[in-house]
Amino acid sequence: MQTATLVTPAAVTVERRLLNSRQRLGVGLLLALALLGFGLPLISDLDPARQNLSQILAAPSLAEPFGTDHLGRSMLARMASAVQLSLGLALLGVVTAAVPGVLLGVLAGWRGGWVDRCLTVLADTLLALPGLLLVLLLVAIAPGSFWALYVGIALVLWIEYFRVVRQTTVRLMVSPQIEASRLLGFGPGYILRRHLWPALAPVVLTLGAFGAATAILAIAALGFVSVGLRPPTAELGLMMTELLPYYHDAPWVLLQPITAVFLLVLALNLLAGGRKP
Amino acid sequence: MIPVLSYRLMQAVLVALMVGVLTFILTHALPGDMAFRIAAGRYGYDYVNAAAAAAVGAELGLGLPAWQALGYWLWDLLRLDLGQSLVSGEAVVDELRHQLGHSLQLAVAAVGLSMLLGPPIGILAGLHPGGRIDRLTLLLATVLRALPQFVIGILLVMLLAVQLGWLPAAGHGTAAHTLLPALTLALGLAAVACRVSRNAMQDVAGSAFYAFGRTKGLSERRVFSRHGLRNVAVPVLAHQAMQLVYLIEGVVVVETLFAWPGIGHALVHAIVARDVPMIQGTALVLGLMFVLMNALVDLLCHRIDPRRREA
Repeated sequence: MQTATLVTPAAVTVERRLLNSRQRLGVGLLLALALLGFGLPLISDLDPARQNLSQILAAPSLAEPFGTDHLGRSMLARMASAVQLSLGLALLGVVTAAVPGVLLGVLAGWRGGWVDRCLTVLADTLLALPGLLLVLLLVAIAPGSFWALYVGIALVLWIEYFRVVRQTTVRLMVSPQIEASRLLGFGPGYILRRHLWPALAPVVLTLGAFGAATAILAIAALGFVSVGLRPPTAELGLMMTELLPYYHDAPWVLLQPITAVFLLVLALNLLAGGRKP
Repeated sequence: MIPVLSYRLMQAVLVALMVGVLTFILTHALPGDMAFRIAAGRYGYDYVNAAAAAAVGAELGLGLPAWQALGYWLWDLLRLDLGQSLVSGEAVVDELRHQLGHSLQLAVAAVGLSMLLGPPIGILAGLHPGGRIDRLTLLLATVLRALPQFVIGILLVMLLAVQLGWLPAAGHGTAAHTLLPALTLALGLAAVACRVSRNAMQDVAGSAFYAFGRTKGLSERRVFSRHGLRNVAVPVLAHQAMQLVYLIEGVVVVETLFAWPGIGHALVHAIVARDVPMIQGTALVLGLMFVLMNALVDLLCHRIDPRRREA
């Protein structure tokens, strides 16, 4: 983070173009998973809920490349649907959290005073409770609802952006280059575009990748303890709970959602570049 | 020191307020008439009629405007009157006291195990950055961090309980029962602790005072125990404080997986059964536990390095 504040706009574009090899691996993995989740439903009419009870826990074959689950549902269709759900909800949550988080962070860091104090108290309030607990409580209000899950995740994630962006903004606002810009009469829009955003962008990207990973883990954890989304929704954590009793008969089925969560989180951690949030 | 602890105290109050307000919303968002539900909880579903419901409603002030009801709710909370479980009918406080012991036992075992695993390996890796141990632990830590706790748990159960038959898969009572859930939690914690202590060790080993310690003729061992250990401990501890979130969240999930009779297990059960007083009580205890653990880490960091003003 310290280096990020020293990076000039030109250096940032260079850095962004030259993702290091780990980050590129992460992007590649993510694209492959997104292709499965969002691409497959476009080219096939596989239904993740269609049961075929005469064909349960079938081994992978040409017709069913991923095999079938305990209700004879196509695992390929269910995995695609589950990856789409996790990735979609995580991205939605991250974007929803990042926009107000960054804006409020800049506002608090820039204006200071009572605006800053009010927002900091609000962030500290939410920070006092572990994230999953907060999401659990929200989900308890509307069980099985996609919206409760989404609101809970966004509500937990925005704090991180707010805190980091606020801190960076406070430090940058007293820097000589911004002082110079202000003395030369440039407006807030210019300062935001030329000075603040280039310094904030890499940090926001890192936080976004970590946030998405957190969201995916949270969704899976809630599904696993059966308080998140409800069956027959194909959700990675829920699928693990449902398939756990059959691990002896068909270990490959249980391993699929496990592998999917692992690859999703690994890809996002790689993309974040190993930097600590 | 005082400002740090008063900040934690403020957080504790905020936790209580937030849990109170959220569970208040939860009660009011539930479908069905609340007086009927509570009366049913008290007298059994077969014995409830409109008169009983009205009596309960009058007694508990259910007709009050929302802000007054919220006020009473918080007042009860302040007196630690958490009410009775809608499921078992027992006082929430009594149930919590019972469960908290089990959860604390698990948490302490997990933190202890992670401290035995993480920092020693991390320090070894940090003394030889880029070496074989370093690369191996980086790989392991990356893998462990990308797996949710319950997956680590499932894999451990499959390996240690089912395939090898070394440990019981579920239940509690003996040390062997504690080991598997504690290890599940500890592995995730240790992965991070290992990398943080590795980085800290590398920084310390490359510092001027470390080099000076060697120059003046101290043995490797001496320079490590005098100049290394303490300086490595602070970042590791401070980082572990952030990982306490992982521990609290993990308790919810891992206890459910291993049917461990603790707070997390109780919370999930209460949510499934929509047992609002229990949800409130367990969430409150988990939140306060989180704040308390953070305060303890603050104190510990202060003990190790008194130069630090703030945590």
